[in-house]
Amino acid sequence: MVINSLLSVFISHCIDSNYYSNSLRLVIFRSEMVFTLSDQHHLLSKIATNDGHGENSPYFDGWKAYDSDPFHATKNSNGVIQMGLAENQLCFNFVQEWIKRNPKASICTVDGVTQFKDIAIFQDYHGLPEFRNAVANFMGRVRGGRVTFDPDRIVMSGGATGAHESITFCLADPGEAFLVPTPYYPGFDRDLRWRTGVQLLPVVCESSNNFKITEAALEAAYEKAQEAKIKVKGLLITNPSNPLGTILDRETLRSIVNFINQKNIHLVCDEIYAATVFTQPKFISISEIIEEDIECNRNLIHIVYSLSKDMGFPGFRVGIIYSYNNAVVNCCRKMSSFGLVSTQTQHLIASMLSDQEFVESFIAESAKRLAMRHRIFTRGLSQVDISCLKSNAGLFVWMDLRRLLKDSTVKAEMALWRMIIKDVKLNVSPGSSFHCSEPGWFRVCFANMDDDTMEVALRRIQTFVLKGKEADLEVKRQRWRNDILRLSLKPLRYDEMTMTPRSMMSPHSPIPHSPLVRART
Amino acid sequence: MGFTSSNQHLLSKIATSLGHGEDSPYFDGWKAYDKDPFNLTQNPNGVIQMGLAENPLCFDLIQEWIKKNPKASICTAEGVDEFKDIAIFQDYHGLPEFRNAVAKFMGRARGGRVTFDPDRIVMSGGATGANELIAFCLADPGDAFLVPSPYYPAFDRDLRWRTGVQLVPVPCHSSNDFKITKAALETAYEKAQESNIKVKGLIITNPSNPLGTILDRETLRTLVSFINEKNIHLICDEIYAATVFTEPNFVSIAEILSEDIACNRDLIHIVYSLSKDMGLPGFRVGIVYSYNDEVVNCGRKMSSYGLVSTQTQHLIASMLLDEEFTESFITESAKRLATRHGVFTRGLAKVNIDCLNSNAGLFCWMDLRRLLKESTVEAELALWRLIIHEVKLNVSPGSSFHCSEPGWFRVCFANMDEETMEVALQRIHTFVHQKETVVPAKNKKLWRSNLRSLSFSSRRLGLDEVVLMSPHSPIPHSPLLRAKT
Repeated sequence: MVINSLLSVFISHCIDSNYYSNSLRLVIFRSEMVFTLSDQHHLLSKIATNDGHGENSPYFDGWKAYDSDPFHATKNSNGVIQMGLAENQLCFNFVQEWIKRNPKASICTVDGVTQFKDIAIFQDYHGLPEFRNAVANFMGRVRGGRVTFDPDRIVMSGGATGAHESITFCLADPGEAFLVPTPYYPGFDRDLRWRTGVQLLPVVCESSNNFKITEAALEAAYEKAQEAKIKVKGLLITNPSNPLGTILDRETLRSIVNFINQKNIHLVCDEIYAATVFTQPKFISISEIIEEDIECNRNLIHIVYSLSKDMGFPGFRVGIIYSYNNAVVNCCRKMSSFGLVSTQTQHLIASMLSDQEFVESFIAESAKRLAMRHRIFTRGLSQVDISCLKSNAGLFVWMDLRRLLKDSTVKAEMALWRMIIKDVKLNVSPGSSFHCSEPGWFRVCFANMDDDTMEVALRRIQTFVLKGKEADLEVKRQRWRNDILRLSLKPLRYDEMTMTPRSMMSPHSPIPHSPLVRART
Repeated sequence: MGFTSSNQHLLSKIATSLGHGEDSPYFDGWKAYDKDPFNLTQNPNGVIQMGLAENPLCFDLIQEWIKKNPKASICTAEGVDEFKDIAIFQDYHGLPEFRNAVAKFMGRARGGRVTFDPDRIVMSGGATGANELIAFCLADPGDAFLVPSPYYPAFDRDLRWRTGVQLVPVPCHSSNDFKITKAALETAYEKAQESNIKVKGLIITNPSNPLGTILDRETLRTLVSFINEKNIHLICDEIYAATVFTEPNFVSIAEILSEDIACNRDLIHIVYSLSKDMGLPGFRVGIVYSYNDEVVNCGRKMSSYGLVSTQTQHLIASMLLDEEFTESFITESAKRLATRHGVFTRGLAKVNIDCLNSNAGLFCWMDLRRLLKESTVEAELALWRLIIHEVKLNVSPGSSFHCSEPGWFRVCFANMDEETMEVALQRIHTFVHQKETVVPAKNKKLWRSNLRSLSFSSRRLGLDEVVLMSPHSPIPHSPLLRAKT
């Protein structure tokens, strides 16, 4: 009886959040939490007691599995291999060599310690001028020198996580919305919505045209919002894409620019994977498009950047907002007080990224190593007839396992996912966690491990698929015998999609003692 | 810097409001300093910065330690092998050694009278981020926190701007040395009730900014009773804990909790940082320490918006785990602060300027009430502008701290070297002597001509407008701007 009344308190509390169905599952799943939550219910804020942080989801099976049984080449060769983390570990030897040769970049070396005081005391939210210059320079080099960036528009934030939240606070009021093409990075649900009260509305992209963002899809999403009386303030794109690993072509970018100008809404471009483009075609940044012959109100254009992926420094929390709108630069700069970059790190990054020789060779070498990894992995997959979406960027592939699904449903995808975790012992990320409209796609990261571990992972996949082929044949025989077609193709309606357990548990593991939990997928 | 009207609807309400607190007539002081910064040799007639609560007195100790401990850095030959693991680590729990080190340091700063649990240490983007984070966790938009005045001006931004939470002052008066009284708390609480404003908590800064005083045990126990009775939160900003430079000893809320007192621990939260105690504001080491498990969990998730750079976590972990270093640092820092405070207050006393009796902080709460033409905010601001333009000192007027009595000024004494302090004192001596001979009520003509030569806004300052421009100067090229007063 007590549980029922607590349940109803909890449920009624969750009704205004989008996690209604998920919360029910949560309540039944972890009833002990209900007691705590209802005590805190009036003590804490709504933000603190809702699920906007995105971590209460059945997806933490994968993380749990990894944390309780992490792969190690020698000590635990049967453990779970982590392939759900988009990290770039390929070029650290490069960076470490540079550091050894440049002791003045640190305020802790004998060569650099005389600067310690000035750096430790400096808390101006404009940031060290040399830091801004270096980041602007790096961003330009990453785009092949095809555009230049103004250091005075560089604004700091607490990683790209903080950047997204700040830009959202700046551009939209609670209840207003951003359009975002699916599939998209699950952390957006938290970063753009949790404390801001802003909504995210999907722009559905499909495999039939390689998940390109079409004008029709944009218009459809926009109109849907209008009908629901939701005010759209902007469109958020990730280019290169997470989880697809593809880049937007010029035509698509121009069409997007036209769309947002026509609707007079903002365009936020997350270019966090810009330097992970490892083969042709070249990356085209929004900064290039607006320099071309195109009509565009620059007050609508904003870029989010970070060094977490391109350089592999997620721990350093170097988030950047770059806006062409002066008021936004000023506002975000004030907001940056809530998440400035440590001056110790600003100083190091400033030295590193103003070394042109290092920057050029790093970018080139990183692309080379990513290309090789990508090649090995996709070849290994194709050997067992697993294809991936054709991609030329990112730290992952978008793997097509649709034919291994029992039926084309999220449920079947989740079942396959659990099998991959438990039997194949790989933590990969299911497409539904990225709000993909088609079941059966999985994001698999390939840059966060060494070559040998990659080999082990490939072997496991190959074994699993071949076994599955055998089992498949048997099932097919059975079906023919019974003459029953078990496929049920259920197209996902708009509301269903928003209510599916969509948020991949960002690797903020609720397991308090996990040593290797990451803050961002 | 103003936005066009077309931006008005393009941007959010938060972006177009004045909640950031920087549009205020107070930036005269910063402008004056930026245009004409004092330098002992190159610009001896420039404006001396006394509006910045910084603690650079012990950098020599830190630098010595760093030279002796190359492994604390991931960039030295000895430490670079750890570079990859540190650069890659982004777990919002933080490096375990970092949490251990901070918990230890917090205990040492309280003389070992309490211990802190590393698992309750949550990171944030400086104390700025910590205060915002705790507000998001505890209150909904429209809810309020009580805050004793005078208080740190940036609370207006940190607790209110993006959260939509309100601040309701609990006025404190010089008549009882600005102590927080039960009566004042009850009055403020009832006022809120009458306005249908839901009070979710009380935020105190102990040691106090701008007073430099610490709360005695009796007051702390009264506060704990009050918040338990009302079932509201108590947030204790203890960012100046290690700046206590003389008796009486600092009494942390953590100590009160360990005593014989009825208290719901779910209501108690501490905000901390290394910006003042260690003089490392650039490193953005903010800490939220809560006795409430849900707040720890929620806060930890929110810390993603402002984690401490692992490069810095690693350095701080090494430094603060060195017990010998932390003991001698805390002792030596207190000693040097005591000396500075002594020199400054004695220098002021020579011209009969009193400061509130204080034993902590990086500043004095200076009493210039007798130099006011009349006991109004206008007169205080007029005096302030005089001090900036003629005495050439940037001090902070009490109204910017929401002080209910005009005439008080906060003056920072730790952020400069000894010679500069001497110059500042000399200038104050000169000014006071001049004023005392010039000011008598009869000499209104001279007084008025002084006033006319100043340009100041004639806006009436209401309670909401009285915000000190945090030193986020709109002047883009100033090299020496600080983010926090």
